[in-house]
Amino acid sequence: MKIKANLISGRTADQGAHLEAKTHKGYFDACAYCELSPADLERLGASEGSSLKVTTEFGDVVVFAKANEGNPDGLAFIPMGPWANAVLSPDTHGCGMPGFKGVPAEIEVTDEKPLDMKSLMKKYREA
Amino acid sequence: MPVVKDAVCSLCGSLCDDITVTVEDNKITKIENACILGHSKFVGMLEHDRIETPMIRKDGELVPVSYEEAIEAAAKILVNSRRTLSYGWCSTSCETVSGAIQLAEETGSVIDSTANVCHGPTALAAQEKGAPSATLGEIKNRADVIIFWGCNPVHAHPRHMVRYSSFSKGLFTEKGRKGRKMIVVDVRKTDTAKLADSYVEIEQGSDLLLVTALRSIVNGHEDVIPETVAGVPKAEVIALAETLKNAKFVCIFFGMGVTQSRSKYKNGDAMSSLISDLNQHTKAVMIGMRGHYNVTGFGQVATWETGFPMAIDFARGYPYYNPGETGANDLLVREEPDAAIIAAADAGAHFPQKAVRHLARIPVIQIDPYPNPTTEIADVVFPAAVVGIEAEGTAYRMDAISLRMKKLIESKFKTDEEIVKDLTAKIRELKRGA
Repeated sequence: MKIKANLISGRTADQGAHLEAKTHKGYFDACAYCELSPADLERLGASEGSSLKVTTEFGDVVVFAKANEGNPDGLAFIPMGPWANAVLSPDTHGCGMPGFKGVPAEIEVTDEKPLDMKSLMKKYREA
Repeated sequence: MPVVKDAVCSLCGSLCDDITVTVEDNKITKIENACILGHSKFVGMLEHDRIETPMIRKDGELVPVSYEEAIEAAAKILVNSRRTLSYGWCSTSCETVSGAIQLAEETGSVIDSTANVCHGPTALAAQEKGAPSATLGEIKNRADVIIFWGCNPVHAHPRHMVRYSSFSKGLFTEKGRKGRKMIVVDVRKTDTAKLADSYVEIEQGSDLLLVTALRSIVNGHEDVIPETVAGVPKAEVIALAETLKNAKFVCIFFGMGVTQSRSKYKNGDAMSSLISDLNQHTKAVMIGMRGHYNVTGFGQVATWETGFPMAIDFARGYPYYNPGETGANDLLVREEPDAAIIAAADAGAHFPQKAVRHLARIPVIQIDPYPNPTTEIADVVFPAAVVGIEAEGTAYRMDAISLRMKKLIESKFKTDEEIVKDLTAKIRELKRGA
């Protein structure tokens, strides 16, 4: 089962509290997840902590699932950081700012686990 | 034991200047008044990794080297580069920014700040239409209607509402929260929205529609408004416009929801026009919720030294500015830079994959107190003292008020300012040799 969602990223207090501790496990916990409405999670057959694969035209990333009742259906949120940026849009529309909000995404449950920060970044060095 | 009062918190753009810090044996042992972000900044620094020594990547691994060796290697990279990107410089002092601009000029680099992925569009909007603003002190003392539009201060600026906005009590706002109307415009019900008197949920990416509709109503053209705007019923839009018109003093605080969503700088541009329209009826201002504690300072220093607030290209020998062309992400996506220096910011974590992929391919010099995703793709790494804790300096709050950050403890690490100076001197020496 796949759902289509509109992906945004943004700050959270936990992400901010780990801004200077990005090698810490706390940073991984604070950023490597995707928040969806409880109804969307149910549609996916996922529960909190399930692994989700988020795919956009720019790439894919595996993150944990989280429910957020504040999210309208069809809106996905990943905290700003390397996991979100694996799938957000590099297009600046000629004004300098990449597309960090409003990227069409497909989301599905996966058996893969999210990569930790160093493993994720290592992929860029090897590419 | 020494207790330092009124220390400035060098984390977010609120730049709270009322932190009490207890120092014992050159260690910070107690913090008062800080939020979760500030607390982790002051106390957390002792609890997690730091970059302990200068490093150079050899055979794929970062290995410790002497400071002089790292300066030599970094200088060689910059001297041999034909198109250098210098990025970041926002979690550091204005004094360092000034040095970084000099370094960029010396090397013919493009220098850009974290505004590139934050409030860059706000700077563009201000250049298009102006940015009617006020100090946070004015907001505290006067604002009776406060809008948080596309921002979530409960998470990103946790003490903002208590010190400067919704909950603060001032000269003409002695009732505090009870005397103020707080409105949140966002695409999902955030923790900030839960505290608001009214929450206006809009369809993601449709900010410009709502701002334009509000302008129409404020200017007496309610009849042109369709039944729904940006997913919001017409009656709700009219009620919002009336609240703004009838306020004594309106402040719209806005964040990444406005600058990063579709229409980007046109959203801020329209918002500035709305503020201008409202000023025909009452007093209204707008303030961007700046993220890095001194990203505002970068804009100030760059503007007074080069004429431009960000994305400044020195390749021609004089400052040239065109953010859609000379912005850090545009350059990287076009695969233009052949070297980069990244300081006091983390492009590795905060740039989209295509830009990071290019950074991983070119030599990258990093200056930072802490290891982060940029370190993983860096080739020369300098550890730096933490400004505001281990080094003093000047920073600008989100409302462009300058504050002096204190040095609270001694450090074995060099400051960003010293590293930039040493690097510039070495580059001049190598160039003379050539």
